[in-house]
Amino acid sequence: MSETEKNSHRIEVRAPMSGVFYKSPAPDQPPYVEVGDVVRKKQVLALLETMKVFQKVKSPAAGIIVEIAARNETPLKDEQIMFVIDISSSS
Amino acid sequence: MFSKILIANRGEIALRIARSCRELGIKTVAVYSEADDKSLHLKLADETVCIGPPDSRKSYLHQERILDVAKKTGAQAIHPGYGYLAENATFATACLNQGFAFIGPTPLNLKLAGDKIVARKMMEKAGVPVIPGSRGPVGSIEEAGIESERIGYPVMLKSAGGGGGRGIRICRNAAVLAEEFPIAGMEARASFGNGELYMEKVIVDPRHIEFQILADRDGNTIHLGERECTIQRRYQKLIEESPSPALTPRLRERMGNAAVVAARAIAYFNAGTVEFLMDGNGNFYFMEMNARIQVEHPVTELTTGLDLIKEQIRLAWGEPLRDSLNPVESRGWAIECRINAEDPERNFAPCPGTIKEYQPPGGFGVRLDTHLYQGYELPIYYDSLLAKLITHDRTREGAIRIMKRALTEFRISPVKTTIPLHLKIMDDPVFQSGDFTTDYIRKFVPDDDDEDE
Repeated sequence: MSETEKNSHRIEVRAPMSGVFYKSPAPDQPPYVEVGDVVRKKQVLALLETMKVFQKVKSPAAGIIVEIAARNETPLKDEQIMFVIDISSSS
Repeated sequence: MFSKILIANRGEIALRIARSCRELGIKTVAVYSEADDKSLHLKLADETVCIGPPDSRKSYLHQERILDVAKKTGAQAIHPGYGYLAENATFATACLNQGFAFIGPTPLNLKLAGDKIVARKMMEKAGVPVIPGSRGPVGSIEEAGIESERIGYPVMLKSAGGGGGRGIRICRNAAVLAEEFPIAGMEARASFGNGELYMEKVIVDPRHIEFQILADRDGNTIHLGERECTIQRRYQKLIEESPSPALTPRLRERMGNAAVVAARAIAYFNAGTVEFLMDGNGNFYFMEMNARIQVEHPVTELTTGLDLIKEQIRLAWGEPLRDSLNPVESRGWAIECRINAEDPERNFAPCPGTIKEYQPPGGFGVRLDTHLYQGYELPIYYDSLLAKLITHDRTREGAIRIMKRALTEFRISPVKTTIPLHLKIMDDPVFQSGDFTTDYIRKFVPDDDDEDE
């Protein structure tokens, strides 16, 4: 994480509230993104379930997924890191 | 009468059921998940049993475990409340097969009411008007696309196993449909344990009006008047009232009769609700049959003076409908505000957390159904309904006045709730006039939309 902070080309996507993290739209479907994927701004990265409501976690910027920090189907706390995205290649 | 009932639910409805049982002299068994070990419903029950982890699929939806607890505790009947297993025909059948009464409709009722396509066909045959929709459940994005083209966009994606508004998404075109389809399925699975979806054409600017039904084992069927449920956000009811300000006595009689015909068409047993959509010209369409006690049942209780949970239990025990209930006399006006842990200022984002300050309202004409207490930590796993605040007076104006006073007294913090929004609505001349449609809430949430930005 400290490495991430030092690198200005990397941004973190954090949970906007506590909830359960889902990396795919359904258990029998492939994940929205994998490490190494190129993502657009506003692309759906995951779902977060809080009190029965699923919200889409969208990418704040274009870039490459360098880390998926959250584990599938586990509860996250408010502000917990979900993704690290490298935005150096885009402008 | 039953001597012991297992309550297969949580939150305010579990308390609601426990209270009625206590008054009837029936012992109760409360079940709970690991996330609910501090839940208030455990304090009102005679026995409590933990049934599994926080995930509902492993606790409140776990049929074998619940039946096993019923067996071990010697319960004779199971009350499913609303949501979870309330409309699960497999569960109702399992209850009966293992010698427990299921406090609700018959398994066949649940199958027919739960299969919206079959229900629609039966209603048409019985002469009840229905909304155009998909011929069957839609199992894939491709299939949903084909059906949508046939029905015509915009369409609604709805949970075939559900109701209660969860899992519903509006799709204006094929692209939106493709993105929403899997998410709607996820919500449906999470809420009802069944991800199956179906579709209906969107009726523009309707009112949502439903009728409460009671039916005994011999097929005697009555209605207890209507509930106006038009004030909604994303198909989640926010405010319900009885009677409806939109119905003339003549329209009430026609819709009430149609509701009784609809219930009889599927030989409905116990308490249920027939939901209609009504357009601006007073045309009404059968939407669905809710084969359960509903969240908003208290407004009917206040106008009729009947405890619907007790009626459900009596009917399940085999008692006939009392002659005195036909017709039921309805008195005054009742309004319910659903207080949710949602932040109206942040697009109704759910708001989990610990209730540090809790000061409930009281006084003349006020009823509060809630599982909250000071210090309670809201679990992230369950829905955001915190409390139902219901007021009753001789007139609609009076009920609104009491509601405003009660909402002002009601303090919940730091968790954000819908209380400030309800206060704005009670103050709004359009709400006070009674002339509104299902898009009313956009007045307060102007950019609210079913499609995320």
